[in-house]
Amino acid sequence: MTQTDRIFRVLSWVIGLGCVLFLMLPIVITVAASFTSSPVYTLPPPDWSLRWYQSLDRRSGLWDAVVLSLNLALVSTAISLVLGTLASIGVVRGNFRGREWVATFAVSPLMMPGLVVGVALLQFFREIGLRDAYWSLLLGHIVITLPFVMRTLLASMGAFDFSMIDAARTLGLSYPRAIMKVLVPNLAPAYLTSGLFAFLASMDNYPISIFLTDARNKTLPIKMLQYLEEQPDPSLAAMSSGLILLAVIVLLVGSRTVGLNRMIQG
Amino acid sequence: MTSRIDRISLLAVPGLAYLAVIYALPLLILLAKSIRTPDGISFAEYAAFFSDDYNMGVLLRTLRVAALTTLLALLIAYPTAFAMNRAKGPMLTVFLVAMVLPMSLGVVVKAFAWSILFRANGFINTSLQWIGLTEKPVRMLFTETALVIGAANVFLPFMVLPIYAVVRQLDQRLPEAAASLGATPFFRFFHVTLPLTLPGVVAGSAFTFSMAISMYVIPSLIVGERQQTLSMLIARSFLYLRNEALGSTISAVLLAIAIIVVVFSSWLARRLEARQ
Repeated sequence: MTQTDRIFRVLSWVIGLGCVLFLMLPIVITVAASFTSSPVYTLPPPDWSLRWYQSLDRRSGLWDAVVLSLNLALVSTAISLVLGTLASIGVVRGNFRGREWVATFAVSPLMMPGLVVGVALLQFFREIGLRDAYWSLLLGHIVITLPFVMRTLLASMGAFDFSMIDAARTLGLSYPRAIMKVLVPNLAPAYLTSGLFAFLASMDNYPISIFLTDARNKTLPIKMLQYLEEQPDPSLAAMSSGLILLAVIVLLVGSRTVGLNRMIQG
Repeated sequence: MTSRIDRISLLAVPGLAYLAVIYALPLLILLAKSIRTPDGISFAEYAAFFSDDYNMGVLLRTLRVAALTTLLALLIAYPTAFAMNRAKGPMLTVFLVAMVLPMSLGVVVKAFAWSILFRANGFINTSLQWIGLTEKPVRMLFTETALVIGAANVFLPFMVLPIYAVVRQLDQRLPEAAASLGATPFFRFFHVTLPLTLPGVVAGSAFTFSMAISMYVIPSLIVGERQQTLSMLIARSFLYLRNEALGSTISAVLLAIAIIVVVFSSWLARRLEARQ
């Protein structure tokens, strides 16, 4: 190893550790700011207190927003896991031309501008006469969650040995049962990872939801931005810390079951 | 046998049909509407958009911010991916947590955190004054630099992970073989390591750039209304101005940029793959 190699190596460690600090900074700051006793954001806080957590109780509509967001995230992820499993098998095992472009299309909503998709859906739903906010939101959130599921399942099914399905069928299982008994358990890590990320993406979505909500149905991110405009006190940091706790739980579940290293491949 | 294979292809129909109807079709209608007027096809809305200096300024700012964000993220992510590849045990866990935890967190939370950090009496200013780099608070909130730093922070994991994935598969013996043949470190980097990691760089950059041109929450919280981006103009035309024609035109422009990025990057990725 030459001198230059050593410099490169040290430099990559310095930048790498700097990157870790940079990534953790907003999280640490938010949690620290949520325990302040002061009504404004000063860091370090003059004194520690739980008052902003207690104040969450008095925020009107917060609980409704949490329930709506959880509902949308759970239902849209469940539907996407079913649609995504079928579609991935079709694309990976099917025999038709342009499969690569079909796969690109299925994953493309991840890279499309959310606001534009939201606007397009708003106009489309209006045209077909769909006025119900919950259904509009649900249909929109499946567009958010499905590509997450497809991306992970397409990759892991590409590496799956489908002769195991044929073996199960030789042993007398029907095709759907063979999928449920052999394929799904074998790809459990992929299902868990893609399901978790799809769930979080739906929970966090702002740009698509903003066009599909009405006065009564507001999701959590929309409600949070509204609070931020109306009354920007540290209770927002307390709400954010709640979401950070949720992310930590998801991370713990993920690392205990599939391992962090497999999660990042999702 | 052929009929069975065809039946398997049919499994893709429900999911793809869903995306065709609830995603592709609405986007196509949006594009069609932006060029259709009562008297036939017209690009008048586009001509009006592109001839307006203010709109062009917003378009250029959006592209500039996205390009700088992608560049900053790449400069941090590339060495980080190599450090991560060498890390073992608890150190690797630290890296993985630092990637996955922010990825699991909503953009509203992170953008809000950065708006606290950049305040005049915020953490960064207090630290700068404490180490004596500046005497008075520096104005950071509402600047483009702050926006680029905040955005790079939010998208960084999406840049690191694709590069890490290719670095991990990189055969360490290749640069070593080049070294034993007398190649200098710089020659090895530009002729061996960089070409082999290029697919990860392309994937990460395309994803970061396409998210950065369309970000909305981050600029709203960090720079506010004074420096608009395309997404903010879209939201303003629909939600406040109620000017749907303008909103649809800008949406179509943003959509066109996003589609170009997706198509070009998948084409490039496939070419790189074929070359190897």
